[in-house]
Amino acid sequence: MAKIVVDVMLKPEILDPQGNAVASALPRLGFTFATSVRQGKRFEIEVAGEPTPAQLAEVEKAAEVLLSNPVIENYVVRVEK
Amino acid sequence: MRVGVVTFPGTLDDRDAARAVRAGGLEAIELWHGDADLKNVDAVILPGGFSYGDYLRCGAISRFAPVMTSIIEQANKGMPLLGICNGFQVLCESHLLPGALTRNSDLHFLCKDQVISIENTNTPWTSSFSKGQEILIPLKNGEGSFQCDDATLASLEGEKRIIARYVGENPNGSRNLIAGITNTRGNVVGLMPHPEHAIDTLTGPSADGLGFFTSILNAMVK
Repeated sequence: MAKIVVDVMLKPEILDPQGNAVASALPRLGFTFATSVRQGKRFEIEVAGEPTPAQLAEVEKAAEVLLSNPVIENYVVRVEK
Repeated sequence: MRVGVVTFPGTLDDRDAARAVRAGGLEAIELWHGDADLKNVDAVILPGGFSYGDYLRCGAISRFAPVMTSIIEQANKGMPLLGICNGFQVLCESHLLPGALTRNSDLHFLCKDQVISIENTNTPWTSSFSKGQEILIPLKNGEGSFQCDDATLASLEGEKRIIARYVGENPNGSRNLIAGITNTRGNVVGLMPHPEHAIDTLTGPSADGLGFFTSILNAMVK
């Protein structure tokens, strides 16, 4: 069984209030490393056997149509071993 | 004159929207998300709420409901269509309207009475108002911040497709104080605040919202 991962992130120019809230919470806990935090979504999709190029193309299509909103988000599809 | 009001799982303002349609002098017809039959309605309202629990993104799953296939088809032929709050989010996810509604800039769920100014009175939903008229209606949302790229914003401004703007402080971070927009044809309108909750002073902060529903009556008898 293989896992296809789709990472969805807000485009850089879109305001991310959740990421900003996390960024401002970190120093309150003593974590001073972050200059910026962006929050996104991760989808883990399991398929039987090794994913075929056709399956990956289908996942790309699903990421474009449903998993992300191309107006505000970018996505990356990859296979996790 | 029949105005359909759609109920998705998680919709909560369908009753008020139907009541507002009747107050405006029209017949309200219940439409069900799982049924592609629009029951010969002349216009459709997508009411507020949390359709499909706002899972994935607000409106993202509702967009693919059977009723939406018919609604998108009819809207592209010119049928008047109004999306309020979650309905506005569904219209953006359906690409009937440009842009997207994102998390309020301060992360808080808003619930307040809000003054908006009506900027475009040429749509079937806003013709009862006068240009620049300020009205008071409830605003209640968690993801009401209207976002789009600069080119889209410029075309919305240039083509006078912003139908309403927030007056005073920006409540949710929307670009250019946008509270509502329309499509290029002018038949599809999305609005974040709730006119259906302000049709009489017994239950709302004003009766200002009624204008959206008398507008659609006027559009239909023309």
